[in-house]
Amino acid sequence: MKTRYTYGGDEHIYVEMDEEMSLDAFFKSLSMSNAVRDADIPGVTEICPANASFQVKFDPDVTAPDAMMARIKELESKADNADKRLSTRIIEIPVYYQDPWTHETVMRFRERHQDPTGTDLEYAARINGFDSVETFIEAHHAQPWFVSMVGFVAGLPFLYQLVERDKQLQVPKYLRPRTDTPKHTVGYGGCFSCIYSVRGAGGYQMFGITPMPIYDPEQKVSYLKDFMVFFKPGDIVKFKPVEREEYDRIVKAVEDGTYAPRIAEVDFDLEDFNADMAGTNAKLMEALDGA
Amino acid sequence: MALKILKPGLSTSIQDLGRPGYFHLGIPISGAMDRFALRAANMLVGNPEDTAALEAVFMGPQIEFTEGAVVAVTGADLPMTLDGEPVAGWTSFAVKAGQTLGFGFLKAGARAYIAVSGGITTKLDLGSRSTYPIGSLGGVGGRAIAEGDLLPVGAGDLSTAGRSVAEELRRMPDTPAKLRVLPGLYWNRLTEAAGHGFFEDNWTVAAEADRMGYRFKGGRALEFVDREQPFGAGADPSNIVDGCYSYGSIQVPGGTEPIVLHRDAVSGGGYFTLGAIVSADMDLIGQLQPNTSVKFVKVDMEQALAARSDRKAMLQKIRDALR
Repeated sequence: MKTRYTYGGDEHIYVEMDEEMSLDAFFKSLSMSNAVRDADIPGVTEICPANASFQVKFDPDVTAPDAMMARIKELESKADNADKRLSTRIIEIPVYYQDPWTHETVMRFRERHQDPTGTDLEYAARINGFDSVETFIEAHHAQPWFVSMVGFVAGLPFLYQLVERDKQLQVPKYLRPRTDTPKHTVGYGGCFSCIYSVRGAGGYQMFGITPMPIYDPEQKVSYLKDFMVFFKPGDIVKFKPVEREEYDRIVKAVEDGTYAPRIAEVDFDLEDFNADMAGTNAKLMEALDGA
Repeated sequence: MALKILKPGLSTSIQDLGRPGYFHLGIPISGAMDRFALRAANMLVGNPEDTAALEAVFMGPQIEFTEGAVVAVTGADLPMTLDGEPVAGWTSFAVKAGQTLGFGFLKAGARAYIAVSGGITTKLDLGSRSTYPIGSLGGVGGRAIAEGDLLPVGAGDLSTAGRSVAEELRRMPDTPAKLRVLPGLYWNRLTEAAGHGFFEDNWTVAAEADRMGYRFKGGRALEFVDREQPFGAGADPSNIVDGCYSYGSIQVPGGTEPIVLHRDAVSGGGYFTLGAIVSADMDLIGQLQPNTSVKFVKVDMEQALAARSDRKAMLQKIRDALR
């Protein structure tokens, strides 16, 4: 990994940990953005961790750009030496794969897709070497995911799967972005899964839908009363496949204010994970099953 | 006191200076696209500069005042009338209960700011009244204003009518508009020739120009330095591993048609950015109509900070004159 520092105009400093995506790059970006927050540098107004990079927005009238750059660079060695351990939570997210709503949208925007004759899932399964859509879906939900970034639009999580590089699923984005995506669509682009927090434009392939709201500006959803955005970088997600009946039950429970997402507090250690991925993931899922 | 919306215009929204602090969750700062004009409008009517006002784009609304107030309209040259009588822009004027403010056809610029003494006092969301429709925040239940809306207005200073901003302090883009750019971010992805070409070419504002971003067309396609695409970045040479976007950053999907992200920016994505418009010139973008000619002008950090100081000094002159 080679860190690259650059300016985004006179109000932003952008730090790229690595050109390519990896858990190491994500951990370092999270550590460094935490270090910037803890340093409490005058003039900093926003700290945005991303997948393998982070950005600081600041007022150059308070701290000049070159001084801000120097302060942030000083923090890199601290992040390098920080424990690659995270106290976080694992959350079960129910997903209704191949649902009728995303399917309708899949078919409506077929002319913008690499494979106009099939579905997004058929295409993704084929180019990743799976013999069926079902085995591809299994690979998508069998192992957990890290929320490596929240953004694009309000509350949308980018997710990176906790598996070896050669098992990462990779799917290109649509050739031309769609003008519509149903709210709560579970999507895929590059090596990232995402959950569309709101309805709108999008370029990720569409695999299914979750009945669980993750953004609520009115804060009526029972588990979003404290804050309108559900996810934060560092959260761990386990997708759980559900069928129509269970999907409908959860939608109703959310409306009734009785739905509580299954969540467990967990510690994640990057070195432990790199030494034994299957074992680390099994422990994470054990914690979730006990919740 | 309230503003009764008789006609909403094309897309008129409530904006203040925005909601910083939530970009890491995908919620952009929003707020007036031309902050200079919003601040000036508020100063004219005696409001704090971050007070919420109306931002009208290309076409004005029609507003009835339920009580007396002082009003000022700045920004775009959008001729207006009070009960049919012409009134001047960048100048505060008194309105009486029952009077109606209307607008004619746009002459120059793109966005007009309509400030009223006391300010619009709709609900604060995350500390701001600015409208962000994608996230259903601010405005009127998260949306732009509509016919029949009654916008609440606070108690204001009614003694500020008849004040004006001197013509030389009414900051608007030149023709062609010159937008200063600090190269940076993923500038290293471009070949040297492409980097030169970007600043040499003549660009025009495309039809896709809104609060999220402004698209430009007419220049040559950009060429990229050859590389094997990094893991997770995507196959196109303009792709990167999704990162955070700077306000004002210039992304060029596929190497054609640059897009400058503005106040309602998406917070991140997978396109390379070649640098960013300097903070001082973000206001000017808010005043560009589609088909306007634009030159991007390369500057260094020193020049960017000088431009920032110049803009601040102009605002200070208005403040001093209206004190």
